[in-house]
Amino acid sequence: MSTIKTTRRVACSLVAAAAATFAVQANADGHGIDLQGKTVEWIIPFSETGGSAKWANFYAPLLSEALPGQPTVVVKFMPGAGSTKGANFFQEQQYADSEGTLIFGSSGSTQFPFLLDDPRVKYNYADWNVVLASGTGGVAYLPPDMAAKMDGLDASGLQGEDFIYGSQGATRLDLVPLLAWEMLGLQVEPVFGIKGRGDGRLMFERGEANIDYQTSSGYLSGVAPLVEAGTAVPMMSWGALDADGNIVRDPTFPDMPTFKEVCEATDGCETSGTQWDAWKAFFIAGFPAQKMVFLPNGASADAIATYTQAFEAVKARADFADISSKRLGKYPQMTGAEAQGALESGTNVPQEAKDFVVGWLEERYGVTLN
Amino acid sequence: MDILATALPALGQAWALILQPVVLGYLVLGVVMGLCIGVFPGLGGIAGLSLLLPFMFGMDPILGLALMIGMVAVVPTSDTFASVLMGIPGSSASQATVLDGFPLAKKGQAARALSAAFASSLFGGLVGASFLTIFILIARPIVLEFRTPELLMITIFGLSMVGILAGRVAIKGLVAAGLGMLIGTIGEGASSGDLRMSSYDYPYLTDGLKLVIVGLGIFAIPEIISLLRQDRAIAKEQSLGGGWLDGVRDWFANIWLSVRCSIIGVVVGVIPGLGGSVVDWIAYGHSVQSTKDKSNFGKGEVRGVIGPESSNNAKEGGGLVPTLLFGIPGSGSMAIFIGAIALLGSGQIEVGPAVLKNNLDITYSIVWLLALANVVGTIICIAASNGIAKLTTIRFALLAPFLFMIISFAAFQSGQNLMDLVALFAIGFLGILMRRFDWSRPAFLIGFVLSNPAETYANQALQIAQSRFRRSMEEGLDYIFSPIVIVLIIITVLSVVIGLRQSKNIMAEGDVQSGSKRAPFLFLIAITAYIAYALYDAASIPSFSRDRTFPMFVAGVCLAGCVILIIRMMLRPETDTIFADRESDGEDADATHGLWPTLAWFAALLVLTSLLGFILALALFLFAFLKIRAGLSNAMAAAYTTAGIAFMCLMAGLLNRDFPPGLLQGYADLPWPLT
Repeated sequence: MSTIKTTRRVACSLVAAAAATFAVQANADGHGIDLQGKTVEWIIPFSETGGSAKWANFYAPLLSEALPGQPTVVVKFMPGAGSTKGANFFQEQQYADSEGTLIFGSSGSTQFPFLLDDPRVKYNYADWNVVLASGTGGVAYLPPDMAAKMDGLDASGLQGEDFIYGSQGATRLDLVPLLAWEMLGLQVEPVFGIKGRGDGRLMFERGEANIDYQTSSGYLSGVAPLVEAGTAVPMMSWGALDADGNIVRDPTFPDMPTFKEVCEATDGCETSGTQWDAWKAFFIAGFPAQKMVFLPNGASADAIATYTQAFEAVKARADFADISSKRLGKYPQMTGAEAQGALESGTNVPQEAKDFVVGWLEERYGVTLN
Repeated sequence: MDILATALPALGQAWALILQPVVLGYLVLGVVMGLCIGVFPGLGGIAGLSLLLPFMFGMDPILGLALMIGMVAVVPTSDTFASVLMGIPGSSASQATVLDGFPLAKKGQAARALSAAFASSLFGGLVGASFLTIFILIARPIVLEFRTPELLMITIFGLSMVGILAGRVAIKGLVAAGLGMLIGTIGEGASSGDLRMSSYDYPYLTDGLKLVIVGLGIFAIPEIISLLRQDRAIAKEQSLGGGWLDGVRDWFANIWLSVRCSIIGVVVGVIPGLGGSVVDWIAYGHSVQSTKDKSNFGKGEVRGVIGPESSNNAKEGGGLVPTLLFGIPGSGSMAIFIGAIALLGSGQIEVGPAVLKNNLDITYSIVWLLALANVVGTIICIAASNGIAKLTTIRFALLAPFLFMIISFAAFQSGQNLMDLVALFAIGFLGILMRRFDWSRPAFLIGFVLSNPAETYANQALQIAQSRFRRSMEEGLDYIFSPIVIVLIIITVLSVVIGLRQSKNIMAEGDVQSGSKRAPFLFLIAITAYIAYALYDAASIPSFSRDRTFPMFVAGVCLAGCVILIIRMMLRPETDTIFADRESDGEDADATHGLWPTLAWFAALLVLTSLLGFILALALFLFAFLKIRAGLSNAMAAAYTTAGIAFMCLMAGLLNRDFPPGLLQGYADLPWPLT
């Protein structure tokens, strides 16, 4: 099997090299690729039912309109092994085989195993070409009786309590809240086996869990009504990144303190050092640079420019702010250099931070990654 | 009164929205599309909704809803065709229907079974909608009463149905259910991600086996192979008895059963986290328990069709409660539905806790569109059932290759991996042996389906309870022994006791003669070996991980059962029921063709697929089978093959699906559909 794969890969890359030379010559004076009459396949490494599906289904028709030649854009789901199956598949694709008709949508769950050196990961972000990066945010919240124990921003009043949290798994996006709460000195016991964050909220509503977090869109639709009814109180947002890479208040929740503010006000929580760096690195990978669109290895500069322009055209639509804020939340949809920056901050985590998280996962939750 | 004051105007607005000709037109369109897709086993609502998604963006909300609901609502209705006519459980909603629906078809009463099923579906859908209209207003606090211990108890109640379906030797049924549960634990554990019976070196098993594959393998493949060996039509008699009117009369005669099962369907559907996996088994169990003469169950008892079918459409209605009120999808298709709602119009409909306040009229529209879609779908299905029932009179050798085609395609859709086909074949082989030696296949399937919820809820309930007990004894006891839990425990115990007392009379899969000792004994030894290995495998997971407890417990209980069975086999004479073997006497023993040559045809399709890819392999397989086994002329075989391939390509093309690639595709770049 492996010999066949290698042969195939060698053959592919030869073809790719040849085609790339050809493509550069052919398109040297062109202004991008024309996709008229083509079908663009957008691979989502999750099932039809997840958040990435929602995101891709939002963009697909808009992208179709904005690409030159108005190709049909179809979203193709390739779930398996928590998105590593689809990502490994994409890693094997060469641009020359698809000529711009194949793109890939990654998510935080694709980045985390990559960052944690999961043995199943055979893909490398450095080989791919980012054309869009979409961010999101997250909010942690408490039942009113627990929230009352916080003294302003100071969370030390919560340190003696027993917290139960419905979690999807310590190596997933839940790593960010679990580590944050631990840094605040909270005793949070994760109850695993939750299917989605919605189930976690339900557990909170049933009174079984007494701490929870939701991504921004989940918070707005699911928790904001509870806050209004007085059964939940927001604790903090994870924050957002400014242009210099600092954590600032989340534009969707400007009145909510960030974790950084709460951490600074709480005894024993440090906003510097290895632990903080690790948290920040994984926060960036999981939230502000959560979902990205890639062209495969070897994509021509023309193709990258074409897709970048198409996503820019989508962003420039007069109604974009309106339609996207309802479906994606008020977050930056980054293209070009900005997207590249997001990719780098989301996939290049200092080795120290990685080692810290790997060690913490093993010590605290008994999770070994190889 | 306050509630009524807000509900009535909203209900009026909802009907005003629904009763526009254009809305009804979209609904009918959705229903027709849903019926076409639902007939395909394994393709259900998820495939259909994905097909519609690209059109949802910015669509007028009520039109989009009509289209989508029309499609989703009828999938459990049209599933029935495959389960009754071919013995193929199309989705989790129609597993129990197979048990009595298919024997009815074999008796030549397919039209009767179908129309009884459709009438029950329709009625269930309407009861569900009426119940929901009131219930949805007060549902939130009630649903929140169902905490993890309650969910665990409902799962255990579902598992207790094994008692009824265990067959003549109760311990065999128990071990079969345990084996199903162990197969359900294969893959990454939900708690710490530890691997059970799998390895990262063979990544396929780490995601676990999918229900589609296990359902098709355990029920459909053994039946197809068995019919093929006997070389006859599905219906024994050439003349079809029992037209659609008989079926509707059967339903009317059992209307109270239908009412009760509909209510079971809505109530269980309302509870988030369980969805459809238990409903039809609980309804089937209830049908058995409430029938005086139980001797016909498994051999074609129409009440065994009416019960589950009344519950499964009602469940769809119930499933709207968690979907709309909590924003938590009760099933895969509901998850897409939530995503699609956000795309509609300008995105103003937001499911979740605020939906009743902001969108009560839309909520009611959804409830009643669902009911209306049921009516439309059922009328179309009943009208078609007499005609479609004629399929059962066709010589099976002409039908079987196309069934192999469809189930292979369906299995491949679950993981898009060639290994899906290998898994289908392996589970199919297990199913054939279980059928041969009279091990309860329904018990196995119940075990498989409920393995995951049972493990997750058990672990979670335990963990939360520990935390409560740390706070105080009283708080912990309150949490575990809530009134709902106590009631459920009583119901479960009663159902097990009554079930076990009666199970000897209920032969869910017909009477089986006993034969020699050797073959049944070898099969038992093989099962024991697997269970023992599963126990060893689970025990080698580090002890701090919760992922080991459940498989170890189940394997331990099963192993004890196996030991009892082995001892019993050694003591009893070979005429004892424990040595049941279909090959010794009856239909299978007198079959025209042997088991192995028949199975080899299916294996050939698999091997060819791994070499040439699905479509090329299918072309060769269909032609060779029709020519050699069915004895058609070259021209006829070629014509049938072309039709089959064309149909497959059309379906896959419409749904934007790929086919399994083989070795050939690794070397040559072929155009779709050969890729």
